[in-house]
Amino acid sequence: MFIRKLVALLAVLALLAAACGGDDDDATETTAGSDDTTTTEAMTDETTTTEAMTDETTTTAATGDDELIVGVSWNNYNEERWAKSDEPAIVAALDAAGASYISTDAGSSAEQQITDVEQLISQGADVLIILAQDGTAILPAVQSAVDQGVPVIAYDRLIENPGALYITFDNVEVGRMQARAIYEAVPEGNYVFIKGNQADANADFLRGGQQEVLLEATGCEELEGDCPIVNVGEMYTDNWDPAVAQTNMEQILTQINNEVDAVVASNDGTAGGVVEALRAQGLAGIVPVSGQDGDAAALNRVALGEQTVSVWKDARELGKAAGEAAVALAQGTALGDIAGVVSFDSPGGNTMTSILLAPIPITQDNLDVVLTAEWIDEATLCQNVPSGTVAVCP
Amino acid sequence: MTNAPAKAPEEQIESIQVEESARGRFGSIIREMEIDTRMLGMILALLVIWIGFHFWSGKGSWSNGTFLTARNLWNLSVQTAAVGIMATGMVLVIVSRNIDLSVGSMLAVLGMAMAMLQAEILPDYLDFGSPWIWVISLAAGIVMGAVLGAFQGVIIAHVGVPSFIVTLGGLLVWRGAAWMMASGRTIAPMDATFQLLGGGARGTIGATWSWVVGVLAAVGIVVLLINNRRQRIRYGFHVRPRWADYSIGVFSIAVVLGAVGYLNSYLLPPRLAEQRGGGDIAFGLANPVLIAIAVVLAITFIATRLRFGRYVYAIGGNPEAAELAGIKTKATIVKTFALMGILVGIGAAVQVARLNAAVSGLGQLTELYVIAAAVIGGTSLSGGIGTIPGAMLGALVMQSLQSGMALVGVETAAQDIAVGVVLVVAVAFDTVYRRRSAA
Repeated sequence: MFIRKLVALLAVLALLAAACGGDDDDATETTAGSDDTTTTEAMTDETTTTEAMTDETTTTAATGDDELIVGVSWNNYNEERWAKSDEPAIVAALDAAGASYISTDAGSSAEQQITDVEQLISQGADVLIILAQDGTAILPAVQSAVDQGVPVIAYDRLIENPGALYITFDNVEVGRMQARAIYEAVPEGNYVFIKGNQADANADFLRGGQQEVLLEATGCEELEGDCPIVNVGEMYTDNWDPAVAQTNMEQILTQINNEVDAVVASNDGTAGGVVEALRAQGLAGIVPVSGQDGDAAALNRVALGEQTVSVWKDARELGKAAGEAAVALAQGTALGDIAGVVSFDSPGGNTMTSILLAPIPITQDNLDVVLTAEWIDEATLCQNVPSGTVAVCP
Repeated sequence: MTNAPAKAPEEQIESIQVEESARGRFGSIIREMEIDTRMLGMILALLVIWIGFHFWSGKGSWSNGTFLTARNLWNLSVQTAAVGIMATGMVLVIVSRNIDLSVGSMLAVLGMAMAMLQAEILPDYLDFGSPWIWVISLAAGIVMGAVLGAFQGVIIAHVGVPSFIVTLGGLLVWRGAAWMMASGRTIAPMDATFQLLGGGARGTIGATWSWVVGVLAAVGIVVLLINNRRQRIRYGFHVRPRWADYSIGVFSIAVVLGAVGYLNSYLLPPRLAEQRGGGDIAFGLANPVLIAIAVVLAITFIATRLRFGRYVYAIGGNPEAAELAGIKTKATIVKTFALMGILVGIGAAVQVARLNAAVSGLGQLTELYVIAAAVIGGTSLSGGIGTIPGAMLGALVMQSLQSGMALVGVETAAQDIAVGVVLVVAVAFDTVYRRRSAA
């Protein structure tokens, strides 16, 4: 009997502890927050705790019929940038226009996302912003939404439906920027490519952009043989997992006996794993590595010289553009009439109406950009950086 | 038994005996040495995998192969360490007829806690580089692991919820908690001393100390063999023939010293060697490997020599009988889960130190690899059977497959398929073998 009481007490304490742990989220996020019910709902739900939190907000956000409701379907809220940058920007744009915000989290499951999209429509969303877990699997739900007259915005990840507005940073351009920065540092030698998740279309966009720049710069047909740049290893990284990237890089280094001159990594997480693998062989800071996302740890590596470039996409700009376009679409603006759209030919042969935002490559020379934009603070950026080596660090 | 035509009875018996001894000589050698044939089979499978990958990585030639090089085997030992550490604890959990699906998520939450303590919380109170930082965060991670594990164990043992459900809930809760702690950020870098736990160029003990460890292991083997023989004589058990003891001893010592010597031939790359004064400096055994070896020894000791361990096996064999015999089953179950939590804490420290960062996605699907390692190593999912060294061997088999495929450039999707197939095949062999030997 005593044991049962003890267990009940411990359970309550654990829930309180989890609730208190969520206090550091900022006030603009309508879905984040401390809530006693979240952890218990998570135990019975298939999705993560944020899904339960969003169920709370839908009841509080639903107001009069006149107000526009914008529904956002996240693929996996569990990644740094969505909560930190994209969502606050979307919400700010919606607040400015007087629209309300509801969202769901699919917890990396493509099937769950289809259910989420249907749920958002049934909750009265006037327009949908979808960050697709799998751009092909979500097609039926998107087509159904378009047929029901609910406009769809494909956010950051491609959905091959010409009826959807594709808002993204030009991911092919990100790949090109990564390759350009590495090529400038190492115009000839052995290159290793650490790619992203095989199921993510973006991984191939990035790789395509990288290949395009390198082939053009060297004038070769392929990166092999007597081309000045030789591709000595290339692997996908399951789930963009840094630990997997580290193990893969170790194996590639063993196979090629450390004969690598540059590593083109597709994002900052994988770049982190690559740098640790290089560090174990004394090559960190000597072999240039690329990345993207403007991760705090990665920008610190750029300042230290261990990473050459991190292509920064100010996700706040993306969120703002999506929020504003969503409001315009919900108010009945036609797809082609949205401000700033261009035509984009997708790999699947569709002509997508798109808003392509320009990313910024951050190297050791322009670190002031991220400081001025208040993306990162000086203390974090300059941690362990010897004084006098970098202009922006004391 | 024989196919000879009808003979006189004495002649028949003689020919039976002759044939039996000829056929059974090899079998009797194995029996006299008391070698576990199952373990032998697994070691053979491991060797087949290693040799196969060596040829594959050399594109058909032995000398070009990279899998069996000292460098790759050294890397393999470090890559196996974290999963191996956790697999030893999983054996006890599975033996007691439970399962722990929350291992990966617990890894994430403990790793995130240790990382945040080092990178964000403690530096406010202590200076960077203070020895207390890594000590406090490591201790905090392990204690937290024990508490979380015990919490799950209490719900399983005292409230009676099946372990599958409790740990499934744990899988979701701890993952969410890991995310909430840092709002999904990547926490990096770790304290300089803490990083040594993960291996890398600085986290090794060098050639001399590796030899010391090897010699200590050799001495330990001799002492164990002598003690074993003495105990058998004292208690009247069947004593192995002297030649059996000698051959086991000599063989084991040769393997241990050979392994240490081979791993010691992996030298620092020129750049790092120069920083330390030049010359041929060996990496030596990596810290994660030492930790894994210590964990295996400790948990084997607990499982075989302490009452707690024997209680776990008793509960696994027959829970009702164990309860009636007076074993405190509930307290024992809570302890197995607490022990699992402690080992996850150690594994998290090794993983986070190796990656020099903590991400909220740490350890995703690790619970499956840990369970697979324990099962391939001979632990039966119906409880009661399982060995700790077997689990470490199982972890080595799985990691060899994954690392080997990454070495030759097989894509991740194909890797997943291969690992899954091997898991099912290994357990199938085990099931058939057990059925045959029980019949």
